[in-house]
Order: sequence, then C-alpha cells, then structure tokens
Amino acid sequence: MSVELGHFALIMAFATALMQTILPMWGAVARDPALAGMARYSAFVTFGLVLFAYIALTLAYIGSDFSVANVVMNSHSTKPLMYKISGVWSNHEGSMLLWVMILVLFAALVALRGGGMPERLLASVLSVQGAIACAFLLFIILTSNPFLRLADVPFEGQGLNPILEDPGLAIHPPMLYLGYVGFSVAFSFAVGALVHGRIDAVWARFVRPWTLLAWIFLTLGIAMGSYWAYYELGWGGWWFWDPVENASLMPWLMGTALLHSTIVMEKRDALKVWTILLSILTFSLSLLGTFLVRSGVITSVHSFASDPARGVFILGILTVFIGGGLSLFAWRAPSLKQGGLFAPVSREGALVVNNLFLATSAVAVLVGTLYPLVLETINGSKISVGAPYFNLTAIPLFVCLLMLVPFGQSLAWKRGDLIGVGQRLLAALGIAIVSILITFAVTRGGPVAAPLGLGLGVWLIAGSATEIISRCYRRGLSWKVVVERAFGLPRSAWGTALAHAGMGITVIGIAATAWGVESLAVVAKNEPLAVGPYTVSLEQAFKRKGEGFREDVAQFTVKEGATPRGIIESSKRVHTGREMPTTEAGIVTYGFGQLYASVNEILPDGRVSIRFYWKPLVTLIWGGALIMALGGAVSLADRRVRIALSAKNKRALALRAEAKA
Amino acid sequence: MAMTRKQKRLTLIASAGAVLAIAAGLILYALSDKIVFFYTPSDIVKQNISAGSRVRIGGLVETGSVIRDASMNVTFRVTDTEKSLTVHYKGLLPDLFREGQGVVAEGIYQGSSDVLADTVLAKHDENYMPKDVADALKKKGVWQGGKAQ
Repeated sequence: MSVELGHFALIMAFATALMQTILPMWGAVARDPALAGMARYSAFVTFGLVLFAYIALTLAYIGSDFSVANVVMNSHSTKPLMYKISGVWSNHEGSMLLWVMILVLFAALVALRGGGMPERLLASVLSVQGAIACAFLLFIILTSNPFLRLADVPFEGQGLNPILEDPGLAIHPPMLYLGYVGFSVAFSFAVGALVHGRIDAVWARFVRPWTLLAWIFLTLGIAMGSYWAYYELGWGGWWFWDPVENASLMPWLMGTALLHSTIVMEKRDALKVWTILLSILTFSLSLLGTFLVRSGVITSVHSFASDPARGVFILGILTVFIGGGLSLFAWRAPSLKQGGLFAPVSREGALVVNNLFLATSAVAVLVGTLYPLVLETINGSKISVGAPYFNLTAIPLFVCLLMLVPFGQSLAWKRGDLIGVGQRLLAALGIAIVSILITFAVTRGGPVAAPLGLGLGVWLIAGSATEIISRCYRRGLSWKVVVERAFGLPRSAWGTALAHAGMGITVIGIAATAWGVESLAVVAKNEPLAVGPYTVSLEQAFKRKGEGFREDVAQFTVKEGATPRGIIESSKRVHTGREMPTTEAGIVTYGFGQLYASVNEILPDGRVSIRFYWKPLVTLIWGGALIMALGGAVSLADRRVRIALSAKNKRALALRAEAKA
Repeated sequence: MAMTRKQKRLTLIASAGAVLAIAAGLILYALSDKIVFFYTPSDIVKQNISAGSRVRIGGLVETGSVIRDASMNVTFRVTDTEKSLTVHYKGLLPDLFREGQGVVAEGIYQGSSDVLADTVLAKHDENYMPKDVADALKKKGVWQGGKAQ
C-alpha cells in the first residue's frame, strides 16, 4: 500500500513542482507578490511529497517487500539494515529518486533561508529549481519507476552487487549527489539574475554559501569514491581517469572556479558576467555527468541498465537546461551592467588567473571524456583516452595553477604589491626548496617528479601558513596579542588557508605514489618477500565461510627488519547468490603509508600468488581532501555569521537590492 | 604606474589568450599522440596494424587457451570467432576474467597476431560486458545479450 502511496506522492510532486515552476515566475515577471509568494510554499510541499515517496521506497527495502521489482533486484532479506537502506540508491531508479530528493531538498532550504532575499529573486530561483525537478520527476515517472510491482512475487531477492556492499560506498552516492545537485542552486540563481537583468554583490553574497556547501560535499564525495575504488576493487590505484570519475571531477573544477569568482563579485563587484556564466557551466557539467553515468553511453560499475529511452530522455533534459541557460545568457548578458576593471597585479587579478586555469583544465578533461563518444559517432572508430592524455593536459595546467596559489592568496585587493608578497613568501619558498633538496638527497636515484611534487605541496602549505602568520604577527607584538589576533581573523581567512594547505597535502600524497613499490610473486609458506621497507611471509592459507560468502584467505606476517609489525590478509571471495567473485584487499596503515595486499590465487599446492604494494604517504591524498572540505566548512561558518544578519539589516539589504533594480 | 583602462583590458585578454593557447596546444598534442584505438582481432589483420603500435583489443577469451606459469606470466587467445590474437600479460588478471567471456586488453601489438598487454580488463559484475566488446560481437552476430538484469 505504502508503495502505491509513494508512487502517487511522486506524481503529485510533479504537479506541485510544475506549479512551483510556473506561478512564481509569472509572479516575478508580472510583479505580483501573491503569485511570487507561492514559490516558498510550493517548494516545501514538493519536498514533502518527494520525501514521502523516498521513505515509502526505503520502507519497502527495510521490510524486504519482494513484490516491488526494484527491491527484488537489489536487496535480500538477510542483508544488514545499512545495506537495505543503501540498496535504495544502488540502482538506477532509486538513485534517480535520491537525486531528485536532494534537488527538492535544496529548493526547500533556499526557501527556508531566503527570508532576506528580494522576493522576486527568490521566486525566480525557486521557479528554476522547480523546472529542474519537473524534468527529473517526469523522467522517473515515465522511464524509471522504482515502485513497479511484480505479478509473481519471488520468495527472495537477488541481493546487492557485492562490490557495492561497503560502508564507504553506502555514503558515497548521497555525498556526491549533494555536491552535484547543490550546484543547481547557483544555476537557478544565475537564471534568476538573467531574468531580472540585475546582478550585484548582494546576489553573490546569497549564492556563495550554496556554492560552498555543494563544493564541500562534492569534494568529500569524490574523495570517498576514490578511496572506495582503491580498497574495494583491489587494483591498488586510486584514480583511473574513468569517464565516470571525470564526470565528477569536471563540476568540481568548474565549481572551484565559481567559488573563487563569486568572492571577487562579492568583494569587488567585478567579474559579474563571468560568474553568471560559470554558474551555468558548473551545473551543466553536473547534468552532463548525470547523463554520462545514467544513460549507458559509457559502461562502468555506475551504469546500471542501458535503456536507450532513458539516455534520450536525459539528453533532452540536458539540451533544455544547458541550451536554455546558455541561450538566456547569450540574450541577456550583454544587457547586464558590467563590473569594473581592475589592476592585473591584485587579488582580483590572481583569482582571474585561478579561474582561467581551473576552467581550461575542466575543458581539457571534458574533451578527453567526450572525444571517444564524438569520434565513434562521426566515423565509428573506437578509441580510448586514458591516463596519458590527462597526465599531459590537466596535470600541467593544474601544476601551473598550484605554483601561483601562494602568490594569489597573499596579494591585496585592488592593488597588490608583487615584490612585497615575494619578500613575504621568501621563507615559504626556502622551505619548499630545502625540502626538495633533502628529498632528492634521501631518495637518490629515485623518480625525479616525486621530490618536485612534494616541494609543490610544501610550497602550498608553507604559503598558507605565511598568509596566516603575516596577518597575526608583527615584530614587537607579544605572543598573547599574536594569539588574540589569530583568533580574531575572519573564519574565511582560516578556511582559505586550510583548503589550500589541504590541497598541498593531497599533492604530497599524489607525488609520493611515484615511490610506491609493487611486488608480484608466487610464494610458499614462510617464504619471505620484500615490499619496500617491509618483509612479508605467508603465515597460512585457508578457506573460510562468512555471512553470504565463502573465501580463500591468505594471511601474511609483516616485519620491518626483525621487528614484527602485525598481520595482513587478503582473500578471494565468492558471494553466494550471485556467485560473483571479488578480491578483498588487505590494507595495513603504517604512519601515513599503507601496505596493500591483493591475492590472486591460492594454488592447490598451498602456494599463494599475490600482489603487494607499499604506498608511502598514500593516506595524505584523502586526508588532504578532508582538510580541503574542512576549510570549506570553516569558511561556511563565517558566511553563516554574516548571513544571519539582524532582521533590520536584512530588510535594509533587501531594500537596497530592490532600489538598485 | 597606474594602468589605463585599455591597458588593464589588454592585460586581461592577453593572459586569458596565453592560458587558452597553452591548454589548446596541450589538448591537441595529447589527442594526436596519447589516444589508443580499439580493434577486434579481425580489424588488426584487415587493417594491417603495424607492429609496435599501442592498441586496445577486445573479444572473447578463447576456451582452453589460458596458460599460466609459475612467475605469473599469462598467455591467452582473444577471439571474435573469425580471427584471434595471442595476448601475453604478466600480473594479476581481474576477478571476472573467464574463458569464453568478454575481455579487453591494452598493450603493444607485436606483429604476427601477438599483443604484449599491460592492462587486462574484464567486467565489473556478472551482467555487464565491456561495451566495446559487446558492440564488436553484436556486429559479428555472436552475442545478442546486453539487457542487464
């Protein structure tokens, strides 16, 4: 029953979303406050209905209702509760429902927090959000109904794809979607501004927290997906330049550019038209990512079933919103009031450089991702664009950008003093160069790129530290005053420093992969095998039965010199039900590095064929991403302080905004 | 040395142009040099692929053709039922590598139907066949599946 109610709620949600699209926009254009005021209520109602539908599906999963086709295919009555809940988004239909739920959640949050916004802007923003929700709700209702009942109710479900049965992956999709879909708010704000023909610093102030929020979640989602691929797929790599990964990287790159250009717009009322364009492009890349992953034009673990109707439908949505957004931009942007120009050597100038590099690297990734599809359509030849392409395009652009980051971060607004900044950064540069030299000396004969990459990471971290120190410390100040000043710094300054330092930490982790060691061998019992600084030897190989699987386990003892450092085990698992084999990698963390074992086969004579990696500093890759997200959160906390203006200020702000119109 | 409006605008345009030119150059170079073409075994023979070029091949693993030795070297034959190629590979094969199933291998074509592979990909789950392989086999009429679940 609740399943039918869920389906019904979804159809109702389509109706209210349609209302949310048409009435407020009409109200905004015709300046009818009553119609414009409909925006908030319809956003709440739409959210309530989609949430109801979502809960109905989740309850069907929890209660193992095998009359629902979606539950049969992706769940099993013996699954732990967590995987019943995450089973909802382990498949095409359910994950699209999650996508829409997050979309309408963002609309409801905008409506909730939009009290201080000019009524007409709020109405048109929510109207655009409603339009996106309409499109995707229609998509679900027409092509991907998760509430489909079966006439013959099977006794048991087919279970979840075993590689998806993992806590990391259970939360990866919601995180990623919060990021992807969060950028829809920036898109809606951009379209709203274009409809009104008014953009100013106030607009940027409203849109920035949403962009930041989406960016934080996208950063976490990408990091989590990367770590999952690393430990679950058993290949030992953490990034494959797979189209699906690129689909999440492109909005991240463009979104990072947007985050920085919004700052310029907020602080200096410049780069306005560019920021609007970036808002449209960022969400366009999110939509493109959804299309690539969901339409089946590329195949991977993420593309569930390839029904051509779905691909065409999403392509239609893509065309309407990207095409519509860009056409509106082309039509209205010339009429927008341009922002002021500024001196090239200034914080604004540096942020323009940041935007150039980020946007071009997003384009480089886009070209590499779409080129195979385009070429196949044009002349039928099949190609693969892999790591060599991306390493040659996106990486150099990114390295150039990162080398400039500490300069940009230290330049003053309006007119920066490059020589002064250079002097301030001298210590940071010294630290970076010394660390490169020391690393070269220690790892003599090793790969050249690794110490340079490490130096780049150190440069970023030291640059961030310099920025904070130079803002709190003056010669002659007592330590107490310095600490007070440090606490007195705006949170956004700390946020920036943390995020940039986090990037530096990730860069160090990535650079250190060049020092990784791989040992591939067939070993007998107690036969030692050297893996970097460690020696492993096979302790035992045995069979084991677990819940829902049976496995061949190889257990190794780890020694560093003569000191025992514990046990590592890896197994070849066969999941009952689907009879699908997986490799369970064994991972032990030592310091920031990890020892990684991936068993290939346990031979009949008891010998084990295995692959070991020693990956020094590898955890820094994800640790750095966490710190980046933390930096974003600290900045957001600052925003909240400023957004939570007193009611009086809010009204004043709104009045000022209206007056400018 | 305050800059005039014109100078500011020119600086902006010049720097944007420079970054774009560098990016375009990198992309064009990488696209001409760093991409790998996909072939079926028949394509390799028909199109006279020269030895030493990097290729990606796909097809079915020929039943009974997989030979492993003690030091983790593997050879197997990949077929599209018309022609077949011998793939040499050292390392771990993916979990879902099976005789009679679809596979994609990437490496250097050695001439005379031999490929020295550095990457071997199988499917991610039991319902899924690498798209390149599925398309190639469908064209040959060997395999009609493809409806996942």
